[in-house]
Amino acid sequence: MTTTEQPPTDSMRRFDELLRADEKIEPRDWMPDEYRKTMIRQIAQHAHSEVIGQQPEGNWITRAPSLRRKAILMAKVQDEAGHGLYLYAAAETLGISRDELNQLLHTGRQKYSSIFNYPTLSWADIGAIGWLVDGAAITNQVMLTRTSYGPYARAMVRICKEESFHQRQGFEIMVTLTRGTDEQKAMAQDALDRWWWPSLAMFGPPDADSTHTEQSMAWKIKLETNDELRQKFVDMTVPQADHLGLRIPDPDLVWNEERGHYDFGEIDWDDFWQVVKGNGPCNRERIASKVRAWNDGAWVREAAAAHAERQRRRAAGNGGSNGRSSGRDRDTEVRR
Amino acid sequence: MGSDVDPLLTYLLRLADDNLVLAQRLGELIAGMPDLEEDIAVANVALDHLGQARNLYAYAGQIDPAGRDEDDFAMGRSEREFLNAVLVEQPNGDFAVTMVRQLFVDAYQVPLYEALSESTDEQLAAIAAKAVKEARYHLDRSAGWVVTLGDGTGESHHRAQAAVDELWQFTADLFTADRVEDELSSRGVVPDPASLRPRFDGMVGEVLAAANLTVPSDPYQRLGGRTGFHTAHLGHLLPELQWLHRAHPGAEW
Amino acid sequence: MSYDVPPIEGETDPEVVGTTGGHPLWEVFVRASRGLNHVHCGSLHAPDAETAARNARDVYTRRSEGVSVWVVPSAAIHASDPDDRESWFDSDKPYRHPTFYEIPDEVGHM
Repeated sequence: MTTTEQPPTDSMRRFDELLRADEKIEPRDWMPDEYRKTMIRQIAQHAHSEVIGQQPEGNWITRAPSLRRKAILMAKVQDEAGHGLYLYAAAETLGISRDELNQLLHTGRQKYSSIFNYPTLSWADIGAIGWLVDGAAITNQVMLTRTSYGPYARAMVRICKEESFHQRQGFEIMVTLTRGTDEQKAMAQDALDRWWWPSLAMFGPPDADSTHTEQSMAWKIKLETNDELRQKFVDMTVPQADHLGLRIPDPDLVWNEERGHYDFGEIDWDDFWQVVKGNGPCNRERIASKVRAWNDGAWVREAAAAHAERQRRRAAGNGGSNGRSSGRDRDTEVRR
Repeated sequence: MGSDVDPLLTYLLRLADDNLVLAQRLGELIAGMPDLEEDIAVANVALDHLGQARNLYAYAGQIDPAGRDEDDFAMGRSEREFLNAVLVEQPNGDFAVTMVRQLFVDAYQVPLYEALSESTDEQLAAIAAKAVKEARYHLDRSAGWVVTLGDGTGESHHRAQAAVDELWQFTADLFTADRVEDELSSRGVVPDPASLRPRFDGMVGEVLAAANLTVPSDPYQRLGGRTGFHTAHLGHLLPELQWLHRAHPGAEW
Repeated sequence: MSYDVPPIEGETDPEVVGTTGGHPLWEVFVRASRGLNHVHCGSLHAPDAETAARNARDVYTRRSEGVSVWVVPSAAIHASDPDDRESWFDSDKPYRHPTFYEIPDEVGHM
């Protein structure tokens, strides 16, 4: 599906026209190779993030402190798997297969959001992830519902609709903890202390260092810059922390009357790059766990494929009935 | 269980505990299934069982003289007080064990909930009427997978047969009855558990035949779950389930 | 959850070949309620039609979005060519639309 020959000018003109008119690019439209590559990369990273994102929260499903919280958390982690699936499906419209995407993730050739390379050490982390990480994600994702590639935009519409409960459930956990015992309050503050900076880093490097942003904006893949989105998130979150009575771990955080925004301190980009490069607290563990599940499931996938193939052959032999009851060839074929 | 306990309360806890313990087991599998589609499917099943447990605990709470709520029941009782059948506490094992365990549970719950939806106890009938729809879907899925595994590759067939051989000894526990079921069934509140067995045998037999799997000849059956006489596995599952709640007595979450 | 991971050493743009090592792809159509069409809502992978239908139910109706699902092998879809868009779809027959016709006001709604 990928085309490498010189773009026909008509096709190029048509592509530009569609972008200019704020119309969507659809799978079978001609698109520049670079656009396709960028799109695959971004959607794949996004999908991988959802899938790996099941792990830190999944870590608390069996230990949730109440049945209500257990049900909510299970549903939320399931949503993340669902969102990964929607996004893989969107990426597949660009000609790459799920199988390839899996391999790229497992071998570290494609990345996922670094936020998932931090551990969930207390129940309050489940609250902090919903409040901060989902909050940051929503800021970005709302923008992406208007992105130029049709299947991606449609997946994001569905995802945003479904994720609207994610941030609220996280904030509700924080409210409950901050109104609880001293131990619970301490747990909540500790979680904010650990998740605040990684959440800000989720928006990516500063605009000045981000070569990606410019091209992505020209193609209307991204509609706002990393720094704009980050600022939006900080402005939204500081009053919420105040409401909770929690202290944001940034001595430089101050309202700037002139700008009409909060000023905030410098993100530790060295730490950020370390995590991106694979040296965060959980990088190894996350991929190892994913690869283990995949390898452990290999015999199941093979069995399903073999059964499906045998059914097809039976159906062909039976003049089209689905052949579920044909016991004789099962005897001969299964008992090896 | 002392003989002064309301039999309905004991019965509700038996059913609720089945569902909670199974939901807890399935919760361990999230993000670890053979593919993304199955991650999503297993979460649906886990959520259904958890929801059934909560409905049953809620009703139990209404008739409990101590006025306990769902979390008191789930987090506050010890191993000897849990009344689930021993089948559901068995570890997940490989995918074949998970699916065969699910098939046995589903083939038990479908006729159980069908009968309970006709209960003279309206509240129990309403809970069961909702649950039976979920159980039928679960059965469809687990039966489909067991046939797939039995009819798949040599390896999957072998693993599926090993799972049946391993788990069969825990099936009779689902159908045991004592004075709790006897008294309730005499009033038409619950079915006699033994009356569910032919349907179970019929459905499981059909699936195993289609999967070319056989029931083991060893007649041994491990009983005791309904009176809190569990396999060692439950004693490891409960601390994980209850630890956080118990570490902060009286805290809200 | 989304984010932006900058490119780093060791990350390569994959050679996209579209291998199909896994289960086949299916397109999913969901009927939201009785009386409505089945509408395309996404796709998924499954070994066979039965599993695809069950997975479609599990993936795409988690919030009671439907009362019926269809699954169709993606490979079975034959689509029109985007390059034929003008010759196929840019037809101009205004007399097929009700607004083309002038009806005297006093006649009222028609």
